[in-house]
Amino acid sequence: MRRVSIFVTCIVDQLFPQVGLAMATVLERLGYEVDFPEDQTCCGQPAFNTGYRDEARSVARHFLRVFRDAEQIVVPSGSCTSMIAHHYRELLGDECEGIEGRVWEFSKFLIEVAGVEDVGARLDKVVAFHDSCHGLRELGIKEGPRRLLSRVRGLTLREMDAAEECCGFGGTFSVKFPEVSGGMARTKIDSIVRSGAEAVVGIDASCLMQIRGALSRAQAPIETLHLAEVLAHR
Amino acid sequence: MAGPPHEKFHETLIDPSLQTAIYTATARLADHRRTALETLPEFEELRTQANLIKRHTIENLGFYLEQFEANAQAHGAQVVWARDAAEAAGFVWELAKRKNARLIVKSKSMTTEEIGLNERLARHGLEPVETDLGEFIIQLAGERPYHIVAPALHKTRFEVADLFTEKLGVPREVEIEKQTRIARAVLREKFLAAGIGISGANFLIADSGAVTIVENEGNIRLTTTLPKIHVAIAGIEKMIPRAQDLAVFLKLLGRSGTGQALTVYTSFLAGPRRAAEIDGPDELYIVLLDNGRTRLLADRQKRQSLYCIRCGACLNHCPVYRKIGGHNYPWVYSGPIGAILTPQYMGVEHDPWLPFASSLCGACGEVCPVKIEIPKLLLDLRAEIHAAEARRGRGRLERLGFRVWAWVMRHPRIYELAGLMASAVLPGDHWFRRAPALLNYGPLRAWLSQRDLPPVGKSFRQLWRERRKAGEK
Repeated sequence: MRRVSIFVTCIVDQLFPQVGLAMATVLERLGYEVDFPEDQTCCGQPAFNTGYRDEARSVARHFLRVFRDAEQIVVPSGSCTSMIAHHYRELLGDECEGIEGRVWEFSKFLIEVAGVEDVGARLDKVVAFHDSCHGLRELGIKEGPRRLLSRVRGLTLREMDAAEECCGFGGTFSVKFPEVSGGMARTKIDSIVRSGAEAVVGIDASCLMQIRGALSRAQAPIETLHLAEVLAHR
Repeated sequence: MAGPPHEKFHETLIDPSLQTAIYTATARLADHRRTALETLPEFEELRTQANLIKRHTIENLGFYLEQFEANAQAHGAQVVWARDAAEAAGFVWELAKRKNARLIVKSKSMTTEEIGLNERLARHGLEPVETDLGEFIIQLAGERPYHIVAPALHKTRFEVADLFTEKLGVPREVEIEKQTRIARAVLREKFLAAGIGISGANFLIADSGAVTIVENEGNIRLTTTLPKIHVAIAGIEKMIPRAQDLAVFLKLLGRSGTGQALTVYTSFLAGPRRAAEIDGPDELYIVLLDNGRTRLLADRQKRQSLYCIRCGACLNHCPVYRKIGGHNYPWVYSGPIGAILTPQYMGVEHDPWLPFASSLCGACGEVCPVKIEIPKLLLDLRAEIHAAEARRGRGRLERLGFRVWAWVMRHPRIYELAGLMASAVLPGDHWFRRAPALLNYGPLRAWLSQRDLPPVGKSFRQLWRERRKAGEK
């Protein structure tokens, strides 16, 4: 049996565990044996993005130790994947040799490694897809999730006019500049509302937390779903 | 060290007409850019070329500056080296005094904004008049540019109508075309009477000793040819090696800035008017300004900031600029490029919040025609700012917080325990909004000021263990 390790990310572990379970479910259905190394915590991105390089480096080293023997690491986040695949090199140089070839964002793994688009999911909903920034601009993820969604039975995909616009989360930016971040979130949800979608789907739990929080504050009856949750649904 | 101007952000964010003005103007510029690039399949290739040309030029700037100086002098232009704002302005003032000129017509130039040229000249009794329509408007309003290429982007035509009536004593006119005619009538007189014309420069061409300037209104043509004396003020980083390199840069600049394949006018200044020529100035001075640029050159990574050709595309695509607008940035350069230029020119201790005012979405880097890695430089600056703060004994609480956080993240058992404790005190969705103010502080309060929290329950690892146990049974 093929084996994959999952790095669920700290935010999914603590706040959106259903996303991790959904991802594991999809991978198992595709015939993978899913390994969850229990010593995993965070990739270090919060410290790196806030300018604390030493702290980020120490957490990155922890990640590398935990996943030293993992052949393929699947992550339900474009942002954390990009941190590991791209920014570890800036922090650690050759110490992270080869990690960029072993770590995969979930949708990219399905399409490029597992070679599937139809995972046998069904969800009767009209959804809009939010392009999360790091997935889009650092990993080039644009069509993949849409192709996966287009094979979900019962699902209708609507494009929103500001699909590529940032939701305003930005890690510590969201609390250092709350009003600007909140304004960005409201611009995003206006676009979601205009699309007529019942749910917004994304590949990053962090963006979805921001969008979900703003939707809830605006009392807009629109759900947020991680791509993994959609693909696990039957 | 000043914190972020949250009050000013607030004022901008709650002003619906200003928000609409910023949002629609930047969207229009971005849309035009997108359309223009549809007919330029080699865009990515051109970006790479532009980046390589700029890198080569910046790394050999001394050589090209000397080459430029020699070639410009051969055309009869006089090259003036200015170390800083005072030297550049001092030169213009001395020149005006010597030539007995009081009225100066100016074309739009971010470099002259950078050195506060108008204020400096006005202090000496000179009258500099901005002749670009947008600049003319903001000069009347006593403001600084709101945007690198669209200085009056924030002004509605109704505000312009009031401004013209107040400052020019003309009847209130809300039609843009008629407003333009009013400005034109005022400016035509100024053009004819001015003793000196001052322009900036988009490119300095080393192998031809020429200055290239692009524009749409024709005011630069007039500024550079009507007055007897012309002064072009250029940052030294505006250099490109060869005239043929313009084939790369002109294709990128117009499209990135306004979505134009080429701007309406492209002027080349190579020396003063020659004997057989009808128009052109009798004397041409080219001021090569440093004003901190050589200091930027010393940093191998960050000197790519000097590649900027001031197209403004990063502003139009920046979700933060589009919320807070141009005047909430501390310096004349706003938006993402301003966020990396300001700390480098002013020092990281000035407005240390600025590089943090970004969600790191990367849209700026994606559209930059010369491929400046703006998000990467923002990250580098953030690290530098923390290092500087640590040296001054500032920002201790946040640093301690991250140190503790990193320690927890390296100790999975403690991490799990911390998660369990947090989930015990954070039950459900709307709890914190009803929570006592005592608990409602810091980052949590900042979060909750705008958004709700997700419900907190069992962690993934707990559920994973339960799932495995259930599977074993």
